[in-house]
Amino acid sequence: MATMDTPVEEMNDPAHGAEALSLEAEHAAEGAQGDEGHEETSLHISLAADPIFQVGSFTVTNALLVTWIAMAILFAVAFKFSKTVRAVPGKFQAFLEIVFDGLLSFMDSVTQDRKITERFGPLTLTIFFFVLVANWLELIPGFESIFLNGVPLLRAPSSDFNLTLAIALIAVISMHTMGVRTLGAVTHLKKYFSWNPINMFIGIIELIGDVAKILSFSLRLFGNIFAGSILLLVIGFLMPWGAPLPFMVLEIIVGFIQALVFSVLTLVFLTIATQEQH
Amino acid sequence: MLEFSESAAATLKLFAAAFAIAAGAMFPARAVGQIATKAMESIGRNPESASKLQGPMLLSLAFAEAIAIYAFVIAILIWVS
Repeated sequence: MATMDTPVEEMNDPAHGAEALSLEAEHAAEGAQGDEGHEETSLHISLAADPIFQVGSFTVTNALLVTWIAMAILFAVAFKFSKTVRAVPGKFQAFLEIVFDGLLSFMDSVTQDRKITERFGPLTLTIFFFVLVANWLELIPGFESIFLNGVPLLRAPSSDFNLTLAIALIAVISMHTMGVRTLGAVTHLKKYFSWNPINMFIGIIELIGDVAKILSFSLRLFGNIFAGSILLLVIGFLMPWGAPLPFMVLEIIVGFIQALVFSVLTLVFLTIATQEQH
Repeated sequence: MLEFSESAAATLKLFAAAFAIAAGAMFPARAVGQIATKAMESIGRNPESASKLQGPMLLSLAFAEAIAIYAFVIAILIWVS
């Protein structure tokens, strides 16, 4: 199934990887040989996001397009809030204030310190809102079903491993950056490298744990949302009338929980990284 | 090494993918059940602590489920390779 005849182009093309393969249900191949009047039905499941169009040498994939849509939604909400903010809040501002109050008190219960919450709040809440909008956009009808030149036009961004890896890298690198900024480079590096044999052992485990953090952050979000999108595809394929409903509810819950877990874990690791050892 | 014919290799790949997710989801499933059991017991014993327990419980559930997700990703990689 992998096209091996153009390996160089495949390696240079960012949208393709070793896993850029589409799976098609078996009767698609057989249906092509059989009766011609019959429309072939196939499930388009691909691990990597499919490219839609090219701008120069930059490939735009369907996940990237939906990322832009999610960003546009968040910008629109922020813009509208900044235009209508008042001392006595209207309905929209009051709603946002309720949401933020709940989130900030939840973060307070995690960090136990209001100043840390206010310091790391922006990054954590950005990750939370972006991943939440990205996860919930997947449920709109039309995602993974509207096709353009044979590939789906819209696809949940968090079902593309590139996006989850990017956010995980941001979280882990900001953890180190904040540690260095708060504690100083020497104190921060002493957590990982030390001459004391016990601390050296602990430092090695911490380094391995850091790599594991990157992988676990990205794989957790990617696996949940990718599995959810495949689940919705298959259920919609098997029984489109009525059966997708409980699975849509499941996806709403899963999308919210995964966004929450990602941001809370980022906050927890940021808090740990900026505190002295013992 | 053993030589497999083309169709036998494809069949074995399907089995490998199915086994990866089947075996890899057993222990996380048990772990999720244990976490939820202990949480339910504590809430039953002390109903006012329900809101305090929810946060850490959800966090632990996500950690335990992540292991099953790793197995799922490996199964998908085997399936499409």
